[in-house]
Amino acid sequence: MDLLNALIAFLNYVFIPGVAYGSQLALGALGVTLVYGILRFSNFAHGDTMAMGAMATVLMTWLFQSWGISLGPLPTALLALPFGILFAIGLVLFTDRAVYKFYRVKKAKPVILVIVSLGITFIYNGVTRFIIGTNDQNFFDGERFIISAREFKKATGLAEGLSFKTTQGITIVTAIIVVALLFWFLNRTRAGKSMRAYSDNEDLALLSGINPERVVMITWIIVATLATIAGVLYGLDKSFKPFVYFQLLLPIFASAIVGGLGNPLGAIAGGFVIAFSEVTITYAWKKVLVYMMPESLEPSGLVQLLSTDYKFAVSFVILLIVLLFKPTGLFKGQSV
Amino acid sequence: MSDPYGDRGNKDLSVGNAKGMGSVIPKAGGTSFAAPGGPFLIGDSMTAGYGNGPDILHDCTIAVEEGEIAVIVGPNGAGKSTAMKAVFGMLDMRKGHVRLDGEDITDLSPQARVAKGMGFVPQTSNIFTSMTVEENLEMGAFIRTDDFSDTMAQVYDLFPILKEKRLQAAGELSGGQRQQVAVGRALMTQPKVLMLDEPTAGVSPIVMDELFDRIIEVARTGIPILMVEQNARQALEIADKGYVLVQGANAYAGTGKELLADPEVRKSFLGG
Repeated sequence: MDLLNALIAFLNYVFIPGVAYGSQLALGALGVTLVYGILRFSNFAHGDTMAMGAMATVLMTWLFQSWGISLGPLPTALLALPFGILFAIGLVLFTDRAVYKFYRVKKAKPVILVIVSLGITFIYNGVTRFIIGTNDQNFFDGERFIISAREFKKATGLAEGLSFKTTQGITIVTAIIVVALLFWFLNRTRAGKSMRAYSDNEDLALLSGINPERVVMITWIIVATLATIAGVLYGLDKSFKPFVYFQLLLPIFASAIVGGLGNPLGAIAGGFVIAFSEVTITYAWKKVLVYMMPESLEPSGLVQLLSTDYKFAVSFVILLIVLLFKPTGLFKGQSV
Repeated sequence: MSDPYGDRGNKDLSVGNAKGMGSVIPKAGGTSFAAPGGPFLIGDSMTAGYGNGPDILHDCTIAVEEGEIAVIVGPNGAGKSTAMKAVFGMLDMRKGHVRLDGEDITDLSPQARVAKGMGFVPQTSNIFTSMTVEENLEMGAFIRTDDFSDTMAQVYDLFPILKEKRLQAAGELSGGQRQQVAVGRALMTQPKVLMLDEPTAGVSPIVMDELFDRIIEVARTGIPILMVEQNARQALEIADKGYVLVQGANAYAGTGKELLADPEVRKSFLGG
């Protein structure tokens, strides 16, 4: 019984939050890795693209809520999500046309584009705060839990409760669908294959009649979609706050690099590696250990390796370790 | 600063992925017009160079007739590959014309030339290494909107080893097999003329003989071939027409046999 309680505590506080957070990071890292593979630079504006897309979704959600439209047990944000995605697509395509294209035509070196994307970051960041403010915004509605801790305790009679939030369920399901669609697109469709070809060898892609501007456009559309979905899922699960997305940039980049930049499979693996490292290192294991150890050996402290304030340090350290010992990442990078 | 868009030696791969980035291909005007007569493909008295650099080709003429193999040979740095690129539109033409099948295509971009029926196999980076052999061929046929499965079957007939390895990543193949993928990719558009830039560079002599055999087979299907070669003797043996370039200009031209027999050419370029 104690072991079962320990398992439930582990699931409740480590596994489920880890999977949900990992899915969000994986979706974010996929966007970063696609830009890296095809547009060939590390897009620092990705976090704020997420913020912009999520902001548009939040505003649409409020509009729908004021009209009294809802999805019943599901959050209204899911209904607003397509509009947020459209907004983000328009935004990145406009940015590409107005800014990135200038450098792409000149074949500017990637480092130039990185700095350019940093400038875009500040603009997006400012616009987001200007429109929606700097505070936490709550846009979640609908049923809060799929399984709530109290019901679980009542049903099973265990001391530990297991709660599974609706947002966590939605995050995991959405991530699976999106990733499956993305891989199908990249590996099975003509447009997807042309993206991989362009990433592999631009000159040869051009000679094969692949239109680079079209490849770039498709890439931005996919990236904006992924960014908005990731941003909205994160916002639903935690809460929407513009600055959080800028901070998310570090774990997202860490995920993409740990997995191998340019490799979509790596981005997903990296997302989960980073998420689980963050959660396990900042979790106070006392609760789990109490059930597993004899009373005399029970820990008196919290058994928390790092305070949650340091969670970004975890991704940073993992990033450093990977760059030192396996710079191409767990999966071979640069092979979108 | 001389190059405001350069990166001053930055090699940080986590910042950007310069691999496969491609080169700046000159803007082309884009219109072609009828210019009947003359050989099937001809780069006529071309003077050309890269960007704002000096002329590399000086009044150089290269042509290939229907159903023939034409070979460009010459010492290192003679401008053989440059001549090929000039015919394909990858550098700035300053003087001269390129005509294909009775059409003047001097102003067309390389992509437009592919659509006009030129197949080009670059010397390096001529395959998509991360994609499978079959995907490479599919990408070769990207501009085709019709069903290209019969062309793919023809390519597989021509290069049986590719059929065997069709689901393997092209980057995992041997040098000779990669070259076959590269030629196969170019054949997928059903080109009217095939241009090969040193197809045997870096392969062993045995593989080289096999590649030459394959190239002859391709030519027998009726596609004229224009080829740059460093193995001058073997290349001239299979050539209907040969061009010896020296310092970006025509030094000798003739049939392959004539050049092989020419004492001057033998002494200077074929090692006696």
